[in-house]
Amino acid sequence: MNHAGHILITVNGQEQTVLAGTHLADVIASAQLAAEAVATAVNGEFVARNDRVARALLAGDAVFTFQAITGG
Amino acid sequence: MGSSMSFHIADVELSSRFFLGTSSYPSPHVLQQAIAASGAQVVTVGLKRQLAAATTPNGQATQNDFYQLIRQSGARLLPNTAGCRTAREAVTLAHMARELFGTHWIKLEVVGDEHTLQPDPFELLQATTELVRAGFEVFPYCTDDLVSCRRLLDAGCRILMPWGAPIGSGQGLINPYALRTLRARLPDVPLIVDAGIGCPSDAALAMELGFDAVLLNSAVALAHQPVQMAAAFKLGIEAGRLAYEAGIMATQDMAVATTPVTGRPFL
Repeated sequence: MNHAGHILITVNGQEQTVLAGTHLADVIASAQLAAEAVATAVNGEFVARNDRVARALLAGDAVFTFQAITGG
Repeated sequence: MGSSMSFHIADVELSSRFFLGTSSYPSPHVLQQAIAASGAQVVTVGLKRQLAAATTPNGQATQNDFYQLIRQSGARLLPNTAGCRTAREAVTLAHMARELFGTHWIKLEVVGDEHTLQPDPFELLQATTELVRAGFEVFPYCTDDLVSCRRLLDAGCRILMPWGAPIGSGQGLINPYALRTLRARLPDVPLIVDAGIGCPSDAALAMELGFDAVLLNSAVALAHQPVQMAAAFKLGIEAGRLAYEAGIMATQDMAVATTPVTGRPFL
């Protein structure tokens, strides 16, 4: 817990303070990412698009977002 | 002529045996033209963890340009798990790919050595087992080791993609014996040579060995004229397949005269 009512998480490796009770979907929205344009994981575990709304974040959680790119 | 470029893979009929990677092209336009020139109906794509600074739209613009054009090509997408070093990473990335690209096909890459990018057979097998259970069609990027390949089949793979040489090396088929052995011992398994192909004759050789398809990227993308090279590979792959189906003559240690003369011309 960072200070009352807030928690510290990381988003793609960068520390971020958010309100306790923040959900993964809130983080995606606040980063101005289109929900369908990214795939997400928390602490290395995949979180499906439809589950982001219900995925409450805890202090220390590591959120990762992935985008489509070219590949071989 | 009984030959056909058509074949089935993962219950899908394809008329091209050329799988093309989409990375490292000089521009989205060249990529688009190269896909068209290749005739490829399957192209590989990837996923990338976004940088903290790139969660602003600017950092993603170029990649999005490429990706939109790939979508427009109409080719079937084969996402990869490039960069993964463990089964756990690869399984997570595969699930992300399924959601992001809307396909259960996955080119499963789990690398065990930084210098050669050689697949890790143990992590690959573990990831394969989990992903097959989760309903994925796993295209494993594997070595040419017969027993490892058999274990992947036992785990539920229906396709194998052994390397020809290390990724991006352009060395061609460094162990034709191993590839021939795979073809001989696994006659009913779709086999795709993936990685290491440098020039169209490498691809033709893979097809002459009886492989079902070839997957390559750098040899086209890094050519001075990628579109022309894509067309060259298309011809090479078709020629190799035609030759395989036609039946390549057996080699002989000694000369065998071709002109039906009667002894020496002058007695």
